[in-house]
Amino acid sequence: MMFQPVILWSDALLFLLILAVIGLAVWARREDNLRAAWSRVLRDPVAMSAATVLAAFVVIGLLDSLHYRVRLEGKAGEPVRYAVELNSALDALLANLRTRPEKTYSAPLATHLYAKETSTDGTQRDFPRLKHGGAHLGENLDVHGADIAKRALFGAAAGALLWFAMHLALRRLKARRCGIQADGAGGAAQAVAWGAVSLTLAPMLVLGGAIVALSGGYHVLGTDKVGQDVLYLTLKSIRTGLLIGTLTTLIMLPLAVLLGILAGYVGGWVDDLIQYLYTTLSSIPGVLLIAAAVLMMQVIIDTHPDWFASSAERADARLLALCLILGMTSWTGVARLLRGETLKLRELEYVQAAQAFGVGRFAIMGRHILPNLMHIVLIALVMDFSGLVLAEAVLSYVGVGVDPSTISFGTMINTARMELAREPMVWWSLAAAFAFMFALVLAANLFADAVRDAFDPRVAK
Amino acid sequence: MLAYIVRRLLYAIPILIGVNLLTFALFFVVNTPDDMARMQLGVKRVTPEAIQKWKAERGYDKPLLWNSAAAGSAAVTDTILFSKSVRMFVGDFGRADDGRDIAREITSRMGPSLAIAVPTFVLGLFVAISFALLLVFFRATALDFAGVVLCVALMSISGLFYIIGGQWLVSKVWHLVPISGYGGGLDAGKFLILPVIIGVFGGIGGSTRWYRTIFLEEISRDYVRTARAKGLPERVVLFRHVLRNALIPILTGVVVVIPTLFMGSLLTESFFGIPGLGSYTIDAINAQDFAVVRSMVFIGSVLYIVGLLATDISYTVADPRVRLQ
Repeated sequence: MMFQPVILWSDALLFLLILAVIGLAVWARREDNLRAAWSRVLRDPVAMSAATVLAAFVVIGLLDSLHYRVRLEGKAGEPVRYAVELNSALDALLANLRTRPEKTYSAPLATHLYAKETSTDGTQRDFPRLKHGGAHLGENLDVHGADIAKRALFGAAAGALLWFAMHLALRRLKARRCGIQADGAGGAAQAVAWGAVSLTLAPMLVLGGAIVALSGGYHVLGTDKVGQDVLYLTLKSIRTGLLIGTLTTLIMLPLAVLLGILAGYVGGWVDDLIQYLYTTLSSIPGVLLIAAAVLMMQVIIDTHPDWFASSAERADARLLALCLILGMTSWTGVARLLRGETLKLRELEYVQAAQAFGVGRFAIMGRHILPNLMHIVLIALVMDFSGLVLAEAVLSYVGVGVDPSTISFGTMINTARMELAREPMVWWSLAAAFAFMFALVLAANLFADAVRDAFDPRVAK
Repeated sequence: MLAYIVRRLLYAIPILIGVNLLTFALFFVVNTPDDMARMQLGVKRVTPEAIQKWKAERGYDKPLLWNSAAAGSAAVTDTILFSKSVRMFVGDFGRADDGRDIAREITSRMGPSLAIAVPTFVLGLFVAISFALLLVFFRATALDFAGVVLCVALMSISGLFYIIGGQWLVSKVWHLVPISGYGGGLDAGKFLILPVIIGVFGGIGGSTRWYRTIFLEEISRDYVRTARAKGLPERVVLFRHVLRNALIPILTGVVVVIPTLFMGSLLTESFFGIPGLGSYTIDAINAQDFAVVRSMVFIGSVLYIVGLLATDISYTVADPRVRLQ
């Protein structure tokens, strides 16, 4: 084996989540009401467009979750050893960006460093050439602009070609689907807004093609203080954002669902106790509770260095602990909603009928109440996502976010914000982090709105 | 009414005790004071004497719950639980790591926090409700659609971006106001105007959309149809009928926030260098000053509970049908 696969805890949870989503999708296809609601989402062009963008982010995040260690070169007969450094499939794909650091800041697509340096003989100060950015141009700097334009056009054309191929494939798929439906039942119910998907893919592929072509010779989004490629950092941040947005809700859901239903259905002192619990927790301002819990977690991690084999594992544990803490502070809202809804469901005839037949309490809660609360759970899941991605940036700024060694939007913004005071301004790290975060959150918000509209019974259809 | 308020205040006591015990558990049981001392003094090369000294300086060298060495009532009072947690009920928060009295620090920092938070809150509320009413007035038109799209876009931008971008544009490029700082008296105005505007702008997307949903829910009611049937112009229907009836859901979200305005805003205050409670909290978090963080958690909870009570009372003012029993 040339490499040793490594599964971090967060990777395992993320893949578990993906499996759960696939399982739920299979289940939803069989349930009529769920299929009807989802087909409303699938027919919504805005939702499908947002879903396409989200899918691109998820693919990048998943690639970044396949971790491995490279095998070290050793003499024959020696025991096999692996590098300490942890890489992911995304790192391997982006090796081009990762392994070509500059000395310090350089502007996007630049050929020279951002800061002047005194030349080796000490006579003059000038902007030194970058080691990698535009190195293929040699001394022939006049063609810099033309080279950028040529590469961008070439990449964009390749992207457009790829898009056209996908567009044709999508149309063929659609035509075949329609053909089947014309014979059988169903008709328009199966319609999916493929047009919106295709329309979203077009700018993504064209832009992506241009960026890929340019990144062969330049640092497309510039480099940061230690000379790392900003595009690489931004792409690595996506995984952290996705993890915080999804795992937090995943961790908190079982607790919220269990306690919410118990409080609503059992009532009595159980209800009082659970209500007391969530009122107490929710009366502490969120940021402060998170800050307090994260400070305490830092103490635990710092006083037990022996728990973690590597710094990557420690950073991963800290990320998961942050998700757990965020989850602990945010389950109260969902639990309150579920309790209220359970109180209503408890009085309905079908639940009373089940009681009359002598069905046990927990069977009623699991079989009859829980499935009718799933839309609340789903809406909470998608609605919380964007808020959590934004919260990560703020928390990292406050100093209670992810481990400083974890690449995330928050740590990028935090390290870049001091550089705005420089003259000329170093704007590219901040701009890249904010732009990617905006794309992710906007797509999540639009998708969440569509899901809520499709599943919320109060919204008129 | 009075009986109701008294009863609600009595309900608040167990919740505050819960908050108090929770912070106690978080700060003293999850990690022992020894761990915290080691963390603050640096994990390596720390002597037991240094830990003892650190604990004694902060009064953490007592037993947690029960002091068997002390006589009589001192067995209960001379413990960490009593001296650090229970004393918070009477406003005694102890001293911060720099030796200053936390309670005094809080009272002196409240002013700057309120100077930012109150204008931001009032202006934000006014602007968001006006925009929402405008969107509802033009509902189901292109203007409404564009407004909603704009709201979602504004919601999707990080709060950090508004602050950093605003500081850069207004202070650095246009040189209109100082980038950060704070001054007393009338001088404060020029320091406050930018954070207030940014605060209002940053919150506008989410709240406008929220109020729009409330108004739209209200506008499909029967009384609105009746009002229109009477021949009232849409303007009167919106401002006289819909706005008033939408007050209950609006109050639910708004009144609870008012007391917590005292706590200030973490981000705004630290970016603009305003010596309020928000920047005090951030500094404490960065310096790992546990005493200050613990005090702020407790005060925040007290203010939130006051807000919940105020919400219930505000219902009776807004809607005469609501009777508090």
